[in-house]
Amino acid sequence: MDDLVDRFEQALLSFDRITAEEVIHQAKKAGGSTNCIEKIIVPTLIRIGEGWENESVALSQVYMSGRICEDLVDAIMPPAASGKTGQPAMAIALLEDYHSLGKRIIYSALRANGLDLADWGRIEADELVAKVIDDDIQILLISVLMLPSALRIKTVRERLQQKKAKTRIIVGGAPSVLALNC
Amino acid sequence: MTRAKMTSLQRVLTTLGHEEPDRVPFFLLLTMHGARELGLSIKSYFAKAENVVEGQLRLRTKYRHDCLYPFFYAPIEVEAFGGEVLFCDDGPPNSGTPIIRRDEDIPGLVPPKVGETPCLGKVLKAIRLLKDRTGDEAPIIGVVMSPYSLPVMQMGFDKYIDLMVEQPDLFNRLMQVNEKFCIDWANAQLAAGATAICYFDPVASATVSTREMYEQTGFRTAKRTLSRINGPTATHMASGRCLPVVDLISRTGTAAIATSVMEDLAAVKEACREKLSVLGNLNGIEMRRWSQVEAETVVKEALAKAGSGGGFILADNHGEIPWQVPEEVLLAISDAVHQWGRYPLDWTGTHG
Repeated sequence: MDDLVDRFEQALLSFDRITAEEVIHQAKKAGGSTNCIEKIIVPTLIRIGEGWENESVALSQVYMSGRICEDLVDAIMPPAASGKTGQPAMAIALLEDYHSLGKRIIYSALRANGLDLADWGRIEADELVAKVIDDDIQILLISVLMLPSALRIKTVRERLQQKKAKTRIIVGGAPSVLALNC
Repeated sequence: MTRAKMTSLQRVLTTLGHEEPDRVPFFLLLTMHGARELGLSIKSYFAKAENVVEGQLRLRTKYRHDCLYPFFYAPIEVEAFGGEVLFCDDGPPNSGTPIIRRDEDIPGLVPPKVGETPCLGKVLKAIRLLKDRTGDEAPIIGVVMSPYSLPVMQMGFDKYIDLMVEQPDLFNRLMQVNEKFCIDWANAQLAAGATAICYFDPVASATVSTREMYEQTGFRTAKRTLSRINGPTATHMASGRCLPVVDLISRTGTAAIATSVMEDLAAVKEACREKLSVLGNLNGIEMRRWSQVEAETVVKEALAKAGSGGGFILADNHGEIPWQVPEEVLLAISDAVHQWGRYPLDWTGTHG
């Protein structure tokens, strides 16, 4: 199995969709669909995420890996498949920002891990809070690139607290990366 | 011994020659702060060349830095292609709906004619006016987006990566259009009075592209483009990392590289020694909450790591200082450079 993970990782990092599909086809035959996600796709994406953290993997590789895996998982387990029930209600949004790559990467990676989440696209703070309440979202992922957008996250958090929402907020994007490096 | 005082231009040219001038030059790459100086909204400020000229002159008087930076906003190039610019009250403008919505739009894409494009004309007018007002006292830094990085705004980052990976012919066609525009736009700014061109190329950074991708695409684009720009250029990674590709960048014909706060300035300086000058790498995101003491500490650390021997310009790591950075911090940075940046940097123990 480790050999398959190595081959799969190399295919993803090389943007080689055909080889990636071959590896997954081979893994499905050997261990079944669910096993293939858990034993090949998820660990490989974790490795690639760690590569991004330690700067050995570029953003373009993270993005393409997520895209390819998202397609593979959709083929194995369509979005409405019964295997995707029982997870917390999740949504991802671009808060008052126009730079969607980070959101796209996280969306693809989560879906490639077999999770469903709503993609609300670009959204203003007021509308975001209203949708979180209306849809009873338990985990809210916010992506931003611009500093003014990052500073709006505090407003979203405060308004959700005022409404007694217990939503967990996960934020990501360049401002948080750069702030951590100071 | 105190060295004879230089003009900002002399100081910058000396350091670009990898020699020590009178003190370490520093660029405060301020754009929107000019609006604050004039009491205007960001949108109103950038509506007229005269505002930017007045803003840049006031900022330089206040902060005593070593360049004029008549850069309006990044999406001005997309605006030139017919795209939309979205202004906000507390940050740089963004590009709106991409001008390339489908891959099929690329074959028909035509580079804008620089001399006939009003938004670019405003920038050229600002450069001309600054040159008239300041002569050769300080470098005037023009700005272009690299042909390799402009598509992020032309079509969206995700679609652009898809294009690079899956549609090489269309990618090459897009590079042809963007290279023509970039060369014309850079040369128009130089003809208007810009001293040098800052070539923003964040997609070239190791943060975004692999070395192999860059070598096969953006590197070749940069070599073709920079060789036809009629003046010196500096390549800016806009917060991206450069170390894994710095040897390639040094072969593009550029004179300097602006690096990221995520890289060690001493390591970048060493990798660039005698090949490229280094700009960087103050953290603009953190800068907004620095105390005066923190500003001085960070400046001293950067000077100690990269100042020795010249070949270094202190600047922020992104190429645009955020609107949220207060005047007190900028003054503290300036004071620290003027106090600690005088050559020789004996206090660092690294002189020579």
